[in-house]
Amino acid sequence: MKQSIKKNQTQQSLADSIKAGLYKLWSFPGGIKLPGNKSQSNHQPITSAKTARQLVIPLNQHIGQAAEPVVQVGDKVLKGQVLGHAHGIISAPVHASGSGIVTAIEERPIPHPSGLSALCVVIDTDDYEQCVEYTPLIRENKVSEAQAGETRENSADEQSITALSNEQINSQIADAGIVGLGGALFPAAAKLHTAEKMHTDTLIINAAECEPYITCDDVLMRYRPEEVILGILLIKKVVGAKKCLIGIEDNKPEAYEALLSAISGYTHAHKTAQTEPQIEIIPVPARYPAGGEKQLIQVLTGKEVPSRGLPMDIGIICHNVATAAAVYQAVYRGEPLISRIVTITGGAVKVPQNMEVPIGTPIRDVLTQAGLNEEKIEKVIMGGPMMGFALPSIDIPVTKATNCLLISEKDELTTPPPAMPCIRCARCSDSCPMSLLPQQMYLYAKSRELDKLQEYNLFDCIECGCCSYACPSNIPLVQYYRYAKNEINNKTQERNKADLARKRHEFREERLEKAKLAKAEAARLRKEKLAKKKALDAEKAKQEEAKEASSDDKSDSTASEKSAANTTAANSADLIQEAIARAKIKKAQQQSQRKNTENLTEDQQNQIDEANERRSKNSQIE
Amino acid sequence: MLSGILAFIALASFFGLVLGLASVLFKVESSPVVDKIDALLPQTQCGQCSFAGCHPYAEAIAAGEAPINLCPPGGDNLIQSLADLLDVEVLQMDADEDANQGPTVAVIIEDTCIGCTLCIQACPVDAILGAAKQMHTVIESECTGCELCLAPCPVDCIEMIPVKQTVKNWRWPAPQYNANNQAAETIFTTLDHVLAENAKP
Repeated sequence: MKQSIKKNQTQQSLADSIKAGLYKLWSFPGGIKLPGNKSQSNHQPITSAKTARQLVIPLNQHIGQAAEPVVQVGDKVLKGQVLGHAHGIISAPVHASGSGIVTAIEERPIPHPSGLSALCVVIDTDDYEQCVEYTPLIRENKVSEAQAGETRENSADEQSITALSNEQINSQIADAGIVGLGGALFPAAAKLHTAEKMHTDTLIINAAECEPYITCDDVLMRYRPEEVILGILLIKKVVGAKKCLIGIEDNKPEAYEALLSAISGYTHAHKTAQTEPQIEIIPVPARYPAGGEKQLIQVLTGKEVPSRGLPMDIGIICHNVATAAAVYQAVYRGEPLISRIVTITGGAVKVPQNMEVPIGTPIRDVLTQAGLNEEKIEKVIMGGPMMGFALPSIDIPVTKATNCLLISEKDELTTPPPAMPCIRCARCSDSCPMSLLPQQMYLYAKSRELDKLQEYNLFDCIECGCCSYACPSNIPLVQYYRYAKNEINNKTQERNKADLARKRHEFREERLEKAKLAKAEAARLRKEKLAKKKALDAEKAKQEEAKEASSDDKSDSTASEKSAANTTAANSADLIQEAIARAKIKKAQQQSQRKNTENLTEDQQNQIDEANERRSKNSQIE
Repeated sequence: MLSGILAFIALASFFGLVLGLASVLFKVESSPVVDKIDALLPQTQCGQCSFAGCHPYAEAIAAGEAPINLCPPGGDNLIQSLADLLDVEVLQMDADEDANQGPTVAVIIEDTCIGCTLCIQACPVDAILGAAKQMHTVIESECTGCELCLAPCPVDCIEMIPVKQTVKNWRWPAPQYNANNQAAETIFTTLDHVLAENAKP
């Protein structure tokens, strides 16, 4: 291994080799040495899976808001067509991974530890594999030509990389629905956009792939190193990073060499260009979890990501090699993320291999194509043995997150040993790569002391499983932390909801109070107005009286006054009588109109009685 | 003798002035205990505690007029945290056992709704939208599940349905700590077969 590295270094320029020799590596605390179990699956070249009869494509395959479906049941879709648009800032679109007809948009089980369902687009595929027309930003050069060193074409492509604007590349990445394929599934375009704004100076490419059994990144680097390197260059350009480090575990010498030769091929081809790729590949010691984002950063740069912070806080952005390859595909071929490489391995697999599987292919299909005997399957784990989870069934689609399918044979698993009490041996804290105190957190999680857990920085836990592995009492420590994290998040959510409810309630009370005051004010004003009017009327009457008195004779005036009073009284009495008569007529009319409630059947009458009863009850409650 | 008396009178009047000013300048509008209690209550405004809302109940607790176990939506967690806050004994919940069956939201059956606006007037958090003789609907994210809209509805068209479990609001189950632990996080059978045994769904 070391020899091979040395051999390659001689191929590099002298300055580079000195630099590489001088490159200092740091270390992260804790961690454990695990058997790699990678050799089973990383020798075969990548095979590609056939498109299944039916594809089930979940609309939420990323962190953030689910994509909004833009197709309808019965629509004919082509391969690469958008099925759902990104919805919100942190979201990614979803594309059809085969051509066919949309037969349903409904809830289907998705790969998730809960085994719950989520909205999926179901496509019954046809045999035509029709593609939408892709619009690449750069015309693709044959990779083999680049390897052969066809300088002219390659320099053209170098120029075209620099000619592209960051927005162009980023929008292409966003449209392709690329998410972090290392496992976090964060939409890549959103991450790059933030990194661009935050003036990130170091780009770290995570090629460590530290979990046992998984080899999908390994074979990607072995068989498509040029795609990885060009993808990295694109990401580097968008981020504006000054340097780029590729961290690769030292148990992948073949991938290391492939990347090195791809870089040297690239520099050879670009002798004329002034810019060097400035990518350094650094082998890091294989120790789980060296591929954890924070751990890799610590090993490569010696910097620690602050508690509850992001790598961007210390001017670093981290991307996975598979993400870089996806970026390459999006920019050079215009192809969205509609397939991914999946490692199929485990005791029940005769020929462990890596397969490029269209997103949405049912796992059952993948397994039959890999030549598995379904009866022999005991359990299918998605992800690695340390951080993966058992799938409730195999009729679940492959998603952007599916990096590995670990299939265990019947009789391969023994019943798990029972959990024993904690003996405070502190092996868990020795193995914790985040320098936490697992045994203390375990006790607090068990007694549900959530405040204390936060004091002990529970949220810095990366759930790598080192502590559970190291525990001699077989305590499922990570489960306790996951559970406690959920509880805390839930509590904050409830609190936020309560605060919102309180605000709304207070607002309503205030509004009602205001309405009441306004009503009272209006009533007061009306009264005042009425009083004023009365006063005015009275005054007018007085004035008239005075006029009459002055114009007429004294005897006449008294007589006319009396008669006037009599007539007004008589008039008002008449008016009242008239009004009563009108009301009576109206009532009679209404009653005559109401006759449609008569001649009811017994059933109808019963229904009415019931309703009346309910109403009276309700009014009583009120 | 006289100078001593004068000095004390001067001091007393000075401090009196300072305290008097402070009591005006730093006046606390409402009782801080009430706010603290109110912050713990679930704010459903459901009135199951027989008070007119969460804030009146908080006031009653602070005044010592009500016990801390009258809030079914808050559950045992609330009783525990109230007991911690007020340093009183933990009480048993004063409600039927099956009174609290997880979060629910009100849903209006739109075919039956006659648009009477009675539920709108009853909703303590303005979570129901609608107008007279128009169909009403509940804003799900604002509904506290207080059930106050059920009684006024003349046509019984409001139903309480449990909040649906999705991938987003799903929670990891509490690990079982017993001898037959089926939920061990990671187990290793042999060095050749490193396989995880996760929580069974």
